[in-house]
Amino acid sequence: MTAVIEGGVIEVRGLTKRFGSVRAVDDATFSVSENKIYGLLGRNGAGKTTLMQLLTGQDFATSGDIKVFGQSPVENASVLQRVSFIKESQRYPDDFRAKHVFKSAPWFFSNWDQDFADQLIADFRLPLNRRIKKMSRGQVSAIGVIVGLASRAPLTFFDEPYLGLDAVARQTFYDRLLADYAEHPRTVVLSTHLIDEVSNLLEHVLVIDEGRIIIDEDAETLRGSATTLVGTKAAVDGFVGSREVLHRDAIGGLASVTVMGLTAQERTDASAAGLELAPVSLQQLIIRRTNTSEKEFEVSA
Amino acid sequence: MDESRPIFVQLAEQIENDIISGTLAEETQVPSINEFAAFYRINPATALKGVTMLVDEGALYKKRGIGMFVAEGAQAQLKTKRRDKFAAEFVTPLLTEAAKLGITSEQLADMIRKEGSK
Repeated sequence: MTAVIEGGVIEVRGLTKRFGSVRAVDDATFSVSENKIYGLLGRNGAGKTTLMQLLTGQDFATSGDIKVFGQSPVENASVLQRVSFIKESQRYPDDFRAKHVFKSAPWFFSNWDQDFADQLIADFRLPLNRRIKKMSRGQVSAIGVIVGLASRAPLTFFDEPYLGLDAVARQTFYDRLLADYAEHPRTVVLSTHLIDEVSNLLEHVLVIDEGRIIIDEDAETLRGSATTLVGTKAAVDGFVGSREVLHRDAIGGLASVTVMGLTAQERTDASAAGLELAPVSLQQLIIRRTNTSEKEFEVSA
Repeated sequence: MDESRPIFVQLAEQIENDIISGTLAEETQVPSINEFAAFYRINPATALKGVTMLVDEGALYKKRGIGMFVAEGAQAQLKTKRRDKFAAEFVTPLLTEAAKLGITSEQLADMIRKEGSK
């Protein structure tokens, strides 16, 4: 291929999508590099789906620039045939049965693996002959998951693919994704708000909040980057000083603050100052960041 | 895997534990990156990072085209490394907690002896 993937599989610059006065995507700039699993995380209505629709050419940007495999995805067959987009609310023709979906999918995806699809159909116990209209929510989701995995598209988007899937089926999805990704590396963007469930699968994390990309970071760098300190108000305030505080709680004479990036020495100092140190999970960190990104941090008085 | 620390570090520690305990004997092959990833349900890039860390430390070595093996002397080397960290990770917190509860050093020593003789 001719210098297609200069920076990354996806390159987005200053991307904005406005619906009336609402900026669903607001001046987003980021890139997605090849053969990594990305988490696109954020609250409901944060702009995840809109962003993926823009990236897959299903909607037009208000302004900004999108390059997928080095080209604009809009009406671009050479890009879109390498992309699989599994939507939360995929619609199928009224009289479609699951078998019809799996019959037509290979027409669109050149890497389609029928054996893998058959195995997944068995794993998810999907009734092939049932009309999709009559299926449970989880079974409809399973169709999408199977298409997304078996299509082995170089760039695969899963937009909240697990609606109605029970815990066992979700684990099956994560396990099959990981195993197949290991054998057939490709770029995967997984949009979800079940952060705890997927966080170990992710190599890179993009967090979107109110249309803005507020975190664009390696998952391993992010993990363990924040610490919650608990102690007497005086001890906490004394230690925190002028540090940036992500979150602050106070109860009686006690205070709890979440701060980023403590060195080993600072941890020892904090312990010595009588503070309890508690780790912050990726999910907690993102909750903290998406809760407080707009607000002024309150200072415990 | 706990959520609070980098997973590659936890994976490396897990492999170290298996080497120290002898579960992974010296000169035996360790699981592949993809096997580690599937078993611990982590991203293969993360698994690679953990294993690379042990290769850099000399605990594991690569046989081209075959896989990863536990190096000779890895067990002793890792024990030394863990002993160096033992005071900071276990003794200091123990003393801090004991001081908070008003337990003297003699009482603490007694408790350790008693526990040890169980």
